[in-house]
Amino acid sequence: MREITYLEAIREALQQKMREDDSVYLIGEDIAEYGGAFGVTVGMLEEFGKERIRNTPISEEVIIGVAAGSAMTGMRPVAEIMFSDFITIAMDDIANQAAKIRYMFGGKARVPIVIRTAGGGGTGAAGQHSQSLEALLAHIPGLKVVMPSCPYDAKGLLLASINDDNPVVFIEHKLLYKNKKYIQHVPGEMYEIPLGKGDIKRKGKDLTIVATSFMVQKSLDAAEDLKKEYNMDCEVVDLRTLRPLDIDLILKSVNKTGKLACVEEAPVFGGFMGEVASQVTEKGFDMLDAPIIRIAGRNCPVPYSLVLENEMIPGVERIKSSIKKMAGLSQGKE
Amino acid sequence: MEHEDIIKELGKEKLIGFYTKMVKIRSFEERIRFLFLEGKMPGTIHQYIGMEANAVGVCSALQKDDVIASTHRPHGHAIARGLSFNEIMAELYGRTTGCCRGKGGSMHLGNLEKGMLTAIAIVGGNLPIVVGMSLAFKLMKQNRVAVSFFGDGASNEGSFHESLNMAAVLNTPSVFVCENNQYGASTSIKKVMKIENIADRARSYGIEGVIADGMDVIDVYIHAKDAIEKARKGGGPTLLELKTFRFCGHSRRDPGSYIPKEEKESWQRKDPINNFKKLLLNEGLAGEDELDDINNLIEKELDESIIFAQESPEPAPEDTLKDLYATMEVPE
Repeated sequence: MREITYLEAIREALQQKMREDDSVYLIGEDIAEYGGAFGVTVGMLEEFGKERIRNTPISEEVIIGVAAGSAMTGMRPVAEIMFSDFITIAMDDIANQAAKIRYMFGGKARVPIVIRTAGGGGTGAAGQHSQSLEALLAHIPGLKVVMPSCPYDAKGLLLASINDDNPVVFIEHKLLYKNKKYIQHVPGEMYEIPLGKGDIKRKGKDLTIVATSFMVQKSLDAAEDLKKEYNMDCEVVDLRTLRPLDIDLILKSVNKTGKLACVEEAPVFGGFMGEVASQVTEKGFDMLDAPIIRIAGRNCPVPYSLVLENEMIPGVERIKSSIKKMAGLSQGKE
Repeated sequence: MEHEDIIKELGKEKLIGFYTKMVKIRSFEERIRFLFLEGKMPGTIHQYIGMEANAVGVCSALQKDDVIASTHRPHGHAIARGLSFNEIMAELYGRTTGCCRGKGGSMHLGNLEKGMLTAIAIVGGNLPIVVGMSLAFKLMKQNRVAVSFFGDGASNEGSFHESLNMAAVLNTPSVFVCENNQYGASTSIKKVMKIENIADRARSYGIEGVIADGMDVIDVYIHAKDAIEKARKGGGPTLLELKTFRFCGHSRRDPGSYIPKEEKESWQRKDPINNFKKLLLNEGLAGEDELDDINNLIEKELDESIIFAQESPEPAPEDTLKDLYATMEVPE
């Protein structure tokens, strides 16, 4: 069975969908000859031509506006915003336009756009090239927000996102793109993973970890260690889609384990896991044996120094020590 | 004025100063390229090689209390504005002695005490801020000027257009310096702009647009001085386009293979340092020995700054939440 990287899975989804559907086109900065800042679209200009692999000026707001406009008149654009930090520049066209147009028009329009963007830190790129802004986006009614954690999910979720008739923000993680540690068997044919369905990435009975994107991989590493070192069996739930949120899957797991630890890269204050914790408390209070904990980014911008960046972003050790403390296995530092 | 007259008017000291600053930038960039490849610095670096005349020409025309704002490619601006090798090098090493105490890194160099805002790594991000800084100078009746450095790519962002218009109607003492190095990351400006000169866009906002040769430090200096003095006298903003080129890729991992060989070579013939050195020698303003001494001193200063950076302390994990709010500790 062939195994491919996260980046290759994303590219394959784009290529296969574009071969099938002429209304799908890509638009973004440096995506044509250069193949994108991270190399996702390398080789696609040669196959699809410059009309469908549309290089643009550095103009994030208009990239999204153009994508939304063309979507309303029959196209199915996939826009690339180079770093997720730059999404803030396009925020009017995302939050005020794309997300609301269908609703404001009484359901008489469709805005089938996908906004692909590279999020997350761990790259020493400091405050303006490392952020995890998913909570801002998931907060806006009308948007769907997807964050794949592995190659298999990336392909299936991207195809589902392109086929979806709503604006979808598809946040990829820079540290997953080319990392050989996470290569995986990915079917050669097209398949969809439905938006709004989470996934159990590791079965367990003692504690539930809910995570997104790269934090799923770190949580899986932490869970393996906790099993080896303490015979503690964590279940790892990958949200895959933040909005719609698969709350039923989380509740089912918490009902089994009685404990919930939420892991995310973004600063904890106002982070997306606050929503998860709040819904679990509302709908599953009786299932809980302990207060829910959030293991997340510190409440500051992503710093440059590796010492500080490693402190700001949760790592495997912090996930382990927080869970150990929650489970009464240690008095470790959270 | 004729070139010869200008050279006479500037005088030897100033011209040697231009040369020294440009070599400082070039030597710094050449040196850190290797340090970066050795994995001593996190993240990426965007280098300024080939563009030295821009930063040096503009910054040499500023007064001490003026302010500049830079981009993701700020090393040259920082050196030209007078930041020390030590504080820049230590920042690239992520040390507490760096100009941003290790929190900003390569893309956010700056030191307001020396007249340089912390560099802003969002394309077009510094223009609105420069309008604001210069508006403050005007409101406080301070005789100061704020300068925005940005690239050709930024001139397609909304913030460029909105800032020029705002500066024009507020008549702020701002100078917008567009370093047109022909490429926004991998994309030739010719593919994303239908006009020849970015300076022409000034007309849409009722301000003056000026073009200078960004490979000639004297030409940059003269035009920058005009724009800066005009702003200082209440004459309002100017858009100054410097035609230039980077002799390296967009970022450290980019070999720049999208640049046609002939294009690169034709610009390399205009190398701002080589040509200026020839001029100094030809005009008898300096001898080879004198210039070699300058180069050697710079290399020594670089050696020292690397030692300084390597021996400086790393931040402690407890420093992560420091310096976020002015008067409040950040709760965990």
